[in-house]
Amino acid sequence: MPPTTEADITRYTYDVVVIGAGGAGLRAAIAAREEGKRTAVISKSLFGKAHTVMAEGGAAAALGNVNAADEWTVHFRDTIRGGKFLNDPRMAELHAREAPERILELEYWGALFDRTAEGRISQRNFGGHEYPRLAHVGDRTGLEMIRTLQQRIVALQQADAIELGDPDAMLRVFAETTVVELLTDHTGAITGAFGYRRMDGGFVLFEAPSVVLATGGIGKAFLTTSNSWEYTGDGHALALQAGASLINMEFVQFHPTGMVWPPSVKGLLVTESVRGDGGVLRNSEGARFMFDHVPDVFRAHYAETEEEADGWYTDPANHRRPPELLPRDEVARAINSEVKEGRGSRHGGVFLDVSTRLPAEEIRKRLPSMYHQFRELADVDITAEPMEVGPTCHYVMGGVRVDADTAASDVPGLFAAGEVAGGMHGSNRLGGNSLSDLLVFGRRAGIGAAAHADSRPNSEVSETAVSEIASRVLAPLKQGEGVNPYTVHSELQETMNDLVGIIRNAPEMERALERLTELRQRSDMLSAPGDRVYNPGWHLALALPNMMLVSEAVTKAALERTESRGGHTRDDFPDMSSEWRRVNLAVRAEEDGMTLSRIPVADIPAELMKLFDREELVKYLTEEELS
Amino acid sequence: MSERVFRVWRGSGDGGLTEYEVEANEGEVVLDILLRLQATQVPDLAVRWNCKAGKCGSCSVEINGMPRLSCMTRMSIFEPDEVITVVPLQTFPVVRDLVCDVSFNYDKAREIPSFTPSPDTAPGDFRMQQEDVERGQEFRKCIECFLCNDVCHVIRDHEENKEHFSGPRYLMRVAELEMHPWDTADRRKIAQEEFGMGYCNITKCCTEVCPENIQITDNSLIPLKERVADRKYDPLVWLGRTIGRRPTDTPIVPNTRRPADAGTIIGKEEDEEG
Repeated sequence: MPPTTEADITRYTYDVVVIGAGGAGLRAAIAAREEGKRTAVISKSLFGKAHTVMAEGGAAAALGNVNAADEWTVHFRDTIRGGKFLNDPRMAELHAREAPERILELEYWGALFDRTAEGRISQRNFGGHEYPRLAHVGDRTGLEMIRTLQQRIVALQQADAIELGDPDAMLRVFAETTVVELLTDHTGAITGAFGYRRMDGGFVLFEAPSVVLATGGIGKAFLTTSNSWEYTGDGHALALQAGASLINMEFVQFHPTGMVWPPSVKGLLVTESVRGDGGVLRNSEGARFMFDHVPDVFRAHYAETEEEADGWYTDPANHRRPPELLPRDEVARAINSEVKEGRGSRHGGVFLDVSTRLPAEEIRKRLPSMYHQFRELADVDITAEPMEVGPTCHYVMGGVRVDADTAASDVPGLFAAGEVAGGMHGSNRLGGNSLSDLLVFGRRAGIGAAAHADSRPNSEVSETAVSEIASRVLAPLKQGEGVNPYTVHSELQETMNDLVGIIRNAPEMERALERLTELRQRSDMLSAPGDRVYNPGWHLALALPNMMLVSEAVTKAALERTESRGGHTRDDFPDMSSEWRRVNLAVRAEEDGMTLSRIPVADIPAELMKLFDREELVKYLTEEELS
Repeated sequence: MSERVFRVWRGSGDGGLTEYEVEANEGEVVLDILLRLQATQVPDLAVRWNCKAGKCGSCSVEINGMPRLSCMTRMSIFEPDEVITVVPLQTFPVVRDLVCDVSFNYDKAREIPSFTPSPDTAPGDFRMQQEDVERGQEFRKCIECFLCNDVCHVIRDHEENKEHFSGPRYLMRVAELEMHPWDTADRRKIAQEEFGMGYCNITKCCTEVCPENIQITDNSLIPLKERVADRKYDPLVWLGRTIGRRPTDTPIVPNTRRPADAGTIIGKEEDEEG
């Protein structure tokens, strides 16, 4: 192990630096490398461990393998409906058009998806998708995707090993390395990124004209979450600090079905595939309560009786969909109100039952991870008894404001893709649209970043800025009897969970802002005893300011939006407003604090608007827009 | 709630066990206790973890002598007064506390020739039946926790074997590629000569520790051994050799094997662009 006490900085020069090694980051790196660019991938964890591995259900793509009627326009329409018409229409269009190609490409790189009888990629039903659309591998699709992308990176490195004598010559993965700040020049353009290695605490400086943020989400700011420790909003915070805008930060998805018992696994995801494959939700009275929670905007598309709903699985052409397959925001709210009204399970959830719906063998085959997870962690056999489930913080729809085609942010040289980018999913993401989003926009970000690197040479980083960052990063190690970062973190999580959670109102959010201010003051004196070698207390002390910044962005935007839509529900403003439908809230970090501005949502092109009938549009649009 | 005694490895390779008393609650796993220890007593305790759901394979350690995922090890499997000893994986160099340098595994992954479809095919061309993909899918359940490589005595007890033995994880990867219906490479020769298939004497320790219950030995290693043996007696290979035609064996990827004494990735960075 090299010495770890000096503030030595290892410097690297690249064309493109990708921060994050999940689906979006790896796909971006592959694209940048294929464009001939020297590319670095920086991963907070080991290579192949990113949060994408936790995705279960599948990747949505209108391949039409199971129902030939599916095509990209139908996928586009479902996505816009799911997002309650707040999506960036260009992103939703590119996503729906390109997803099939991206999935087939994965197969060509070695992914082994489940098959149809004709030997094509099989597709499964999911909430909000009109046809079976999710390419999947049992309930471990994310693992298949990340492994395939990881192995594609290795294949490209092998080609470089043969041609250039060094596998790392053109594409290198920096595992267990965390970026703490982006560097910009006097014009505001990106010049590089500064970070540290977890293994020895050594500093790294990447000089590069293009940086792609692919850092995922913010779930670790909440107490009950399906997200891993990595989800500390790093990319959101890096973007704000570099001068970029975040949009839609008020929209946070609470997945309807997380485990609720035992406490150790509270929040752990229970895949939507359970419902896609026939599982139903019941309350403590045994009723399939989702029939009572179908909102007006969706009433025409969903079954009204159990008979009709059950018929849909085998004969979808002549039956409407079961209400368990409403978009996630609807199901999460429904579960929340059943529990609040006293019809919950013993541990504060509801019952998700697949045991009476499918034969045991079939359940083990289609839902192997769920079977394993409940048996190992909760002593529940899902083939014999129902699961107890409740909402869990799962995904942030908000993120860096980007150009749909190139993934470029408002900061020259800064790109963003995947969960850290905003706009694609509007106010609520459909299940299955994340894995495809990562592939479509990861690739586009890699190409965009490569093109930018062509147009702009590396410029020098500011040495003063670099040494300032280095001393800021070292501060928690020297603050002796300061504040324990673990304590501040859990207080932050409780604050966000209790006051800016699934149901919100103004007084609670104002209280949250006060508490955030207080926590921020306390975190000026965070203390992490120990040295620089793999010191998790130090790492958390450096991640906490990111979570606080992001929490403030979520809370401020949520307080400003006086309506309820998708992943933003207010009991003081319970209705959806067609005026608010036209507005994205953009957050920026200015010298004197965080500012909010209103940006108009782009219009859906006339050709695509024809996919919706007027009867549906009147529920969303203003009089002015309809005429 | 109860107080439990944990003995945890502290420090690097020449460190030792430190005893702690820490709270434990119903339904918890060993990782819960380690994280509580971190939050309340030892803020710099190095623990590697990500998903805490048995899906990412980061939190591999040895608990009371068994290689395990700490996030999937329920406290209820131990006797109420049993002391729980947690040490890092023993086959790889310790960085600090419970964290190892597992770069051995990533190096081995790079030596294996990747999936090689025929150049006459394009994305979307593949047709495969479910039964054709199921064999490979079992191996692709692997979460790369490296517990199989950790437990394998070929490298656990013999450092000198590391250069020429890829371990169960990567022999299984070779088997997976060999079984892919659209792969055109032939890795049987290098499985034996470069990746050390012959070192494996089927003790099944790898299968026993696999948290995904992959039948590593029965479904990948033994079939791979059979294929390696078949190749030797394959009439086509014999004919090719006899009439002097180039063999179709795919070679190990050049320039991917790091010399045995080159040190860790960090060591390598030091001599680089500094």
